[in-house]
Amino acid sequence: MTGHVTTLAGPVPVVSAKLTARDRLGGWKVRWGIRRYSYTVDPGLYALGAPSDTSPVLVTANYKLSFDALRCRLEGRAAWILALDTRGINVWCAAGKGTFGTAEVARRIEAAALNQVVSHGVVVLPQLGAPGVSAPEVRRRSGFRAVWGPVRAQDLPAFIDGGLRATPEMRRVRFPLRDRLVLVPLEMTAVAGIALAVLVVAAAVAGFGPGGFSLARVLAGVLPLAAVLAATTLAGTVLTPLLLPWLPGRMFSARGFAVGAVAAAFVLPWMPPTYSTLRLAAAALTMLAGSSYLAMNFTGSSTFTSLSGVEKEMRASLPWQVAGAVAAAALWIAGGFVR
Amino acid sequence: MSDLRYLDDVVTLTYDRAKCTGCQQCTYVCPHGVFVMDGNRAVMRDRDACIECGACALNCDFDAIHVRAGVGCAAGIIASWFRGKGGEVSCGPEGAGAGKGTSGGCC
Repeated sequence: MTGHVTTLAGPVPVVSAKLTARDRLGGWKVRWGIRRYSYTVDPGLYALGAPSDTSPVLVTANYKLSFDALRCRLEGRAAWILALDTRGINVWCAAGKGTFGTAEVARRIEAAALNQVVSHGVVVLPQLGAPGVSAPEVRRRSGFRAVWGPVRAQDLPAFIDGGLRATPEMRRVRFPLRDRLVLVPLEMTAVAGIALAVLVVAAAVAGFGPGGFSLARVLAGVLPLAAVLAATTLAGTVLTPLLLPWLPGRMFSARGFAVGAVAAAFVLPWMPPTYSTLRLAAAALTMLAGSSYLAMNFTGSSTFTSLSGVEKEMRASLPWQVAGAVAAAALWIAGGFVR
Repeated sequence: MSDLRYLDDVVTLTYDRAKCTGCQQCTYVCPHGVFVMDGNRAVMRDRDACIECGACALNCDFDAIHVRAGVGCAAGIIASWFRGKGGEVSCGPEGAGAGKGTSGGCC
């Protein structure tokens, strides 16, 4: 915020198109899951540059990462930015939940007295807000014509210069390597916590064997398991997302299974010679079922899966994934008692 | 990079061309180019690319498009099971200030 501009509807806070080091740090942190659900801006109207009553009105979510992605593409331009209250959730997900919705658009237009701020009667909505917003209904409720902007904020300058027209390419969602890469830290850290918890439980279980509890057995059992869980996490939450287009099969669970198999081929030869066959089998099952499950979990982060499709995939995959995990746990525990 | 594609013959999208008035909303909102204009009406060009986001159906003012909308998110589907029967499949934290959402990655 860099002051206020005065409009017929009262003062409006001004924001810069330049991101500060703090903005960038905040964006980096939420990608790692730090303060992710409280990374917000206040909902309402903002001025970027020195907008007039003919400047475009760009609608976005009050997730600061979304808000920043929008304003940083508009350097040297003048525009109004209308941030909806999506409770700090990005546009696409909030549209799916309905918080980026028709009622909220109409309410914010009214609350900002937008008809006194601009004279053109048009708001530009992000295309990915469309699952929650009916453009015809916005018009009926607010009098404002809702025009669908491009999917990506980076296309906004060309969209505006082209007279609020999007090319077909601007309307398409892709899922390039860069977009998949930024999701990896969150996927990875969420799972690493679970893996650590499994490891703690396993450490307690591993001590028991022939002749009671032994600390040496804890280490001998748990250190290889740590490597197996790390490999599973890497396979399912890092390698599968990054290699997604080149992996076999349409189902994510199949793609994750393939990566899990490769991980197993790399990791199993490094297991200690004292590791029982049962525990080797448990390790293999963990990597196959685990990587497959984690890959399936990535469906929600991807841009091209459908609810019906994921349900079908889960019906096909979840039973054997769960059976594999249960069998792996049983084999691993049993493996502590035999050679 | 070629288009990433998901499963074929699975989505619930239906389109009644007779009801189309050519307003083009569906061609604007679909992020996967499922609908394109053919003359003065829309046609379904690539049904299997549909992700059931529901944008087209919501923005069709003439009731020509129907779809069971939701998010294609395994973590969200599992969370909806725990919320009980008929639980809506969505993602992120529930309600205002409900704390942390599911561990998975949707949003």
